[in-house]
Amino acid sequence: MRVPEHETEAQWSPSREVGDFLRRFREQIAQRWADATLFRTVFTVSRDEAVEACKVVIDALSVVAASERIEDIEAPGFAVVREQLGRMSASHVRMGRTPAQIANEVAALRVPVTELLAAESRDLPTERVQRTTLALTVLMGTLRLAVMETTLTEGEELIDRQRQQLLEFATPVIKLWDGIVAVPLIGTLDSARSQVVMESLLEAVVAQQARFAILDITGVPTVDTLVAQHLMKTVAAARLMGAECIVSGIRPAIAQTIVHLGIDLGSVVTRATLADALAFTLQRQGTGAAVGVSAEVDPT
Amino acid sequence: MTCPRTEVIGAHVPVLTLGDVLLVTVQGDLDDQTAEYLRQDITRAVAETTATGVVIDVSGVEVVDSFLGRVLADIAATVKLLAARTVVAGIRPAVAITLVELGLTLPGLCTALHVEQALRLLREPSGTHRGAHPRQGGV
Repeated sequence: MRVPEHETEAQWSPSREVGDFLRRFREQIAQRWADATLFRTVFTVSRDEAVEACKVVIDALSVVAASERIEDIEAPGFAVVREQLGRMSASHVRMGRTPAQIANEVAALRVPVTELLAAESRDLPTERVQRTTLALTVLMGTLRLAVMETTLTEGEELIDRQRQQLLEFATPVIKLWDGIVAVPLIGTLDSARSQVVMESLLEAVVAQQARFAILDITGVPTVDTLVAQHLMKTVAAARLMGAECIVSGIRPAIAQTIVHLGIDLGSVVTRATLADALAFTLQRQGTGAAVGVSAEVDPT
Repeated sequence: MTCPRTEVIGAHVPVLTLGDVLLVTVQGDLDDQTAEYLRQDITRAVAETTATGVVIDVSGVEVVDSFLGRVLADIAATVKLLAARTVVAGIRPAVAITLVELGLTLPGLCTALHVEQALRLLREPSGTHRGAHPRQGGV
């Protein structure tokens, strides 16, 4: 906020005044803030720690105010605030508080400061007090915004990380035998996941020079037309690369669903269990007898 | 798909004769004209020689479009009319995914992981294909 030139004191600005005020009453404000819900719930053991944390925040705020960037959440001083309050809001979130509650707690910090400011500047001109209070309010509003931003970003980062982990965990490609790879699918298949499955399976086919790829869907709870289509696509892509794809682990209920939906899996080799699929592929490779797999008669 | 990188548009792809098998190695991106030449050259070579099998190695191809997919299917169908078999070898994962997404599952096409497997496939009597399913594989 740019301050218009003051007639009597050209250098006076409300935000610098706020910065000054915060520096002068650092101790008192810290004592008051330490009793606020925001700090009290985090620093349950030691009040001194809470006071120290408050002082860090106040120092950072006074730096921001002195640099006259009270409305700019990108101001350098807020980096410290983000770090300090971010950690606190993270622990608040862990305690199951909603972002709205945290926002309220941060807002509650404003009252003690403005009261103190009003009490301290009783003998100053009214216009000056008003503008200083306004600047302080704006600064506290920006603080609230910075905390909210940190809280929300942390949540998003967590979700992103977990989504990525889920994708990685969910699609391991296992080498079962020379030239045989398998993907045990667990959980619901959506477009993004089936894309990852398809890519990692095909990469594995190339890397392992696999002639057989087994898609085991024992862990897939439901199969609808979309999932079936994804499976068919994967099978078709593997076939294009010269590998034969077998779908295994179709449970009775899912088999019924597939028939009810009228999905034609006729072009896909299916087996009841992963073991059956492995036996089938070994037999096709001509090593079935050598490794002692029971030579069940295979109609295909 | 035009090919601005290579100056020569519509270059011929060499067709090598290995006994009774023709080996065609496609490198880089195929433009439409080259694909057309490829179809003519292979058909002529199969007709003029005693070849009973054609191996098209596409491991050097990174980008495909629907036209190329159709050309491959056409070549396979034409060669079949001339009493020979076609095996496409070395389709890359990205290419396979693209073809499937384009809806080109190429059901009649025989595929192999690499040229060696393709040659092995051609040596086996027809009808007992192992690696690939010449059955319908529609999505």
